[in-house]
Amino acid sequence: MADTTTTNLLLTKPEIGASTDSWGTKINTDLDSLDAVFTGAGTGTSVGLNIGSGKKLKLVGDVIDTNGNELLKVSATASAVNEVTLANAATGGAPTLTASGDDTNIGFKLVAKGTGEITAKVNGSDVFNASSNFSFKNRIINGAMVIDQRNAGASVTPTNVQYSLDRWQSFVSAASKFTVQQNAGSVTPPAGFINYLGATSSSAYSLAAGDYFTIQQRIEGYNVSDLNFGSSNAKTITVSFWVRSSLTGTFGGAISNGAQNRGYPFTYTISSANTWEQKSVTIAGDTTGTWETTNGNGMFVIFSLGTGTTYSGTAGAWAGSALLSATGATSVVGTNGATFYITGVQLEKGSTATSFDYRPYGTELALCQRYCQVWGGSSSQMLGTAWSFSTTATVVSCLRPVVMRGTPTLTTSTVGDWTVFNGGAGTSSATAIALNRPSPYSTSFEFTVASGLTSGQAGAVFTANSNARLYESAEL
Amino acid sequence: MYKLYKNGFGDINTVIRLSDNAFIPFDPANTDYQAYLKWLEEGNEPLPADE
Repeated sequence: MADTTTTNLLLTKPEIGASTDSWGTKINTDLDSLDAVFTGAGTGTSVGLNIGSGKKLKLVGDVIDTNGNELLKVSATASAVNEVTLANAATGGAPTLTASGDDTNIGFKLVAKGTGEITAKVNGSDVFNASSNFSFKNRIINGAMVIDQRNAGASVTPTNVQYSLDRWQSFVSAASKFTVQQNAGSVTPPAGFINYLGATSSSAYSLAAGDYFTIQQRIEGYNVSDLNFGSSNAKTITVSFWVRSSLTGTFGGAISNGAQNRGYPFTYTISSANTWEQKSVTIAGDTTGTWETTNGNGMFVIFSLGTGTTYSGTAGAWAGSALLSATGATSVVGTNGATFYITGVQLEKGSTATSFDYRPYGTELALCQRYCQVWGGSSSQMLGTAWSFSTTATVVSCLRPVVMRGTPTLTTSTVGDWTVFNGGAGTSSATAIALNRPSPYSTSFEFTVASGLTSGQAGAVFTANSNARLYESAEL
Repeated sequence: MYKLYKNGFGDINTVIRLSDNAFIPFDPANTDYQAYLKWLEEGNEPLPADE
């Protein structure tokens, strides 16, 4: 019988009783062939492996492809108890990649490197791109400071609870200690943003214990109800933002419930003056207290520009009192001319700050208009068709662009900024403006003139100049 | 200080905050109205509406 060979590696099986002078050479060749299977570079003889049930394959090095390039790496974690399970599928099924292990609840992370993106494709097209399409995760409205309906970029010196940019208001305990303006100082915003909220200190004010100077947003309860604050299911949240100040040091802020009897002071450090820095603060959800979950004030997100000891507390812990900042935080209002600029503010569920939730301008404006609507703003702008019900009064009914949170309060620019047109009788300047029958869905403005209207006649109301404004506020 | 306002249809459904001439509707969700109610609870009374 001649020599034969093995099935897989074709190793020579010397003929029994033969190969007297050649068996050693044949065995050595076989051994070399076996050794070649285990070439360190992974380029040895091709083999198959059957790792049976209960057996394990220990993989410390890399897996390479047919060209010898790296294909897969494994990274060992000390005392790991969770892992990934890969399952194939029969006809019609989908293979799965599953988090598995000892823990009851196990998350799943897909981590891109650098500015790389995470993408899912169906039929060859992207249906999900985590770097840009993961929207409405941000509970902050106007976090990019794009919308400024009330002031259109003009500077304001906020009084207590006055709004500056849309959705952003201030607490002030003393008048005229700082100003707020969209893009104050005209510095270049951080990459990806075109606007910021800029606060500038107007003096070197020494804080008394009861003082407070803040910039904050009140979040409607509906928009944070899923966070389950005030229960054992309270979710962890992360607040992230870009900030730039002429000062350096430890700055403060706080999260609070609407009633301001639960507060969580936090700190962040600005390391370099006049340099944009991105910060994030992760906060364990509050398991106690009462948190609004409908159309009331669900949550404060507060950035302090200077807070006295009465309203400052220990950073990193929930407390049952009104707290606006962390003890010892930097006072921006304490330095004349000091600046505090902020943008890209995001509050999201989870313990990680993710990419900013860019929303279309029209969407962001509509979100703001739930709380504030401004009519007018340009010359000869038609407000609407009017119906006169006396010789001195006419009413204009308007359907709102967005249903408001509640029936709003009306304030106006100078009433003479508005002109009433009464059919063929000409025009008259308004002498008074009032709300007639407002609602969250529509409104009617009542315009009064000195004389000249005809009861029952149709007309119109329009702006006399670009200063004309009707401000309606349903803020929290 | 506040003053009730009677609109042209004879309704009194707003109150004027005299400090800034803001027209505040009688809506419990309106925070300005909430402040007005608190002001009333403190024993204050608004000026009557013009006839």
